[in-house]
Amino acid sequence: MELFGIFFSALLINNILLIRFIALCSFFGVSNKIDTSIGMSLAVIFVMTISSAVSWALFHFILAPLHLEFLRTATFILTIAALVQLEELYLKKMIPALYRAMGIYLPLITTNCAILAVAFLAIDYRFNFQQAMVYSIGVSLGYSLAIVLFAFIRERMALAPIPKWFEGYPIAFITAALMSLAFLGFTGMFGL
Amino acid sequence: MSLLKDFSRGLVAENPVLRLMIGLCPTLAVSNTVINALGMSAATGFVLVCSNLVVALIRKIVPDEIRIPIFIIVISTFVTISDYVMQAYFQDLHHALGVFVPLIVVNCIILGRAEAFAYRNTVLSSTLDGVGMSLGFTLALGGIAVIRESLGAGAILGIKVLPQALAATIMILPPGAFITIGFLMAALNKLENKVL
Repeated sequence: MELFGIFFSALLINNILLIRFIALCSFFGVSNKIDTSIGMSLAVIFVMTISSAVSWALFHFILAPLHLEFLRTATFILTIAALVQLEELYLKKMIPALYRAMGIYLPLITTNCAILAVAFLAIDYRFNFQQAMVYSIGVSLGYSLAIVLFAFIRERMALAPIPKWFEGYPIAFITAALMSLAFLGFTGMFGL
Repeated sequence: MSLLKDFSRGLVAENPVLRLMIGLCPTLAVSNTVINALGMSAATGFVLVCSNLVVALIRKIVPDEIRIPIFIIVISTFVTISDYVMQAYFQDLHHALGVFVPLIVVNCIILGRAEAFAYRNTVLSSTLDGVGMSLGFTLALGGIAVIRESLGAGAILGIKVLPQALAATIMILPPGAFITIGFLMAALNKLENKVL
C-alpha cells in the first residue's frame, strides 16, 4: 500500500514536470514532435532508474559511512555523467534498436535536472532501496506521460490559428498552464 | 567601455531567462513569493560570480579535453557552500527552496557562462559578466514573483496591494507560474514588433 502511494504520488500528484517544475528545459525543448518526445521519454526512463539505483547505493554505502555527505552534489553529477556514457556504449553494442530510438537524447540527458533531482529526493525522503526504485520509476513514467501528452497538443496547435504574439513559446506556456491545472486536480487522491 | 558592456549584457539584451530561455526550472518553481525569489537569486548569483571568477583564473592551466568535468567540480563546490550556509543561517528559506538549492549545479546559465564566456576572457570581465547575468536573473525572477504574489496573495512582503476578495490563489499555485511567464513573453513579443 505504501509503495502504491509512493508510485502514484510520483506519477500524478507531484508530477515532476507540471507540479514540481523540474526538467522544464527538455519539456519545452523536445516536445515539438511526438517522435522526439517518445525518444526522450525512453531515455529518461532508462537512465533515471539506473542512475538513482547507483547514486542511492553510493550515498548509503560509501558517503554516509565515511561522513562525506557534503560531497554528494559533486559525486552525483559526476556519477550520472559517467553512467550516461557507459549506458550509451552498452546500448550501441547490445540493443541497437533501442539506441536508435533514443538517438541524440541519451547524451543530452546528462543535463536533464530530473535525473539529479530524483537522486537527491530519494535521499531527502529517507527512502529505502525498494522505495527509491518505485519512486524513480513513478517519476520517469510521470515525465513520459506529461511530455508525450504535451507533444500531441503541440502538434495539433501547429495548425490552429493563434494570435501572432502568442506563437511559439508563449502559447506553449499557456497550454502547459492548463495541463498543470488538470494535474492539480489529482491532489488529495488516495489520501495523499 | 567594453567592461561596461560585459556587465550590462546580461540585464536586458541577453537576459538569461526571458531572452535565452535557460534556467527555467528555478524561475517557475520558486517565484511564488518575492522572498523565495530573492533567496534563490542570491544563491544562484553567488555561485555564478564565484565560478566565473575561478574558471577565468584557471583557464590557462585547464586541459581542453576535460574542461567540462572541471567546470562542474568548481560549480558544485560553490553550490555545496551556499547550500550549507543557507542551512545554517536561513533555515526557513532553505526549507522553502528545498531541492532547488543543490539543483543550482545543473542550472544551464552557470555552466553556459563558464563555457561561453569565462573560459575565453579575463578575470575582471568574467566577474562583471557574472554580476550582470545574476542581476538579469534576479530581475526576471523578481518580476515574475512580484506579479504572482500580488495577484495570488494580494500582498507583497506583507504589504497589501489588492483587496483580499480579488486575490486568486491559482497564481501562487503551479499553473500560475506558466500563465505568468506565457503572458510576459507574449507582451515582450508585442513590444518588439511595435519597435520594429
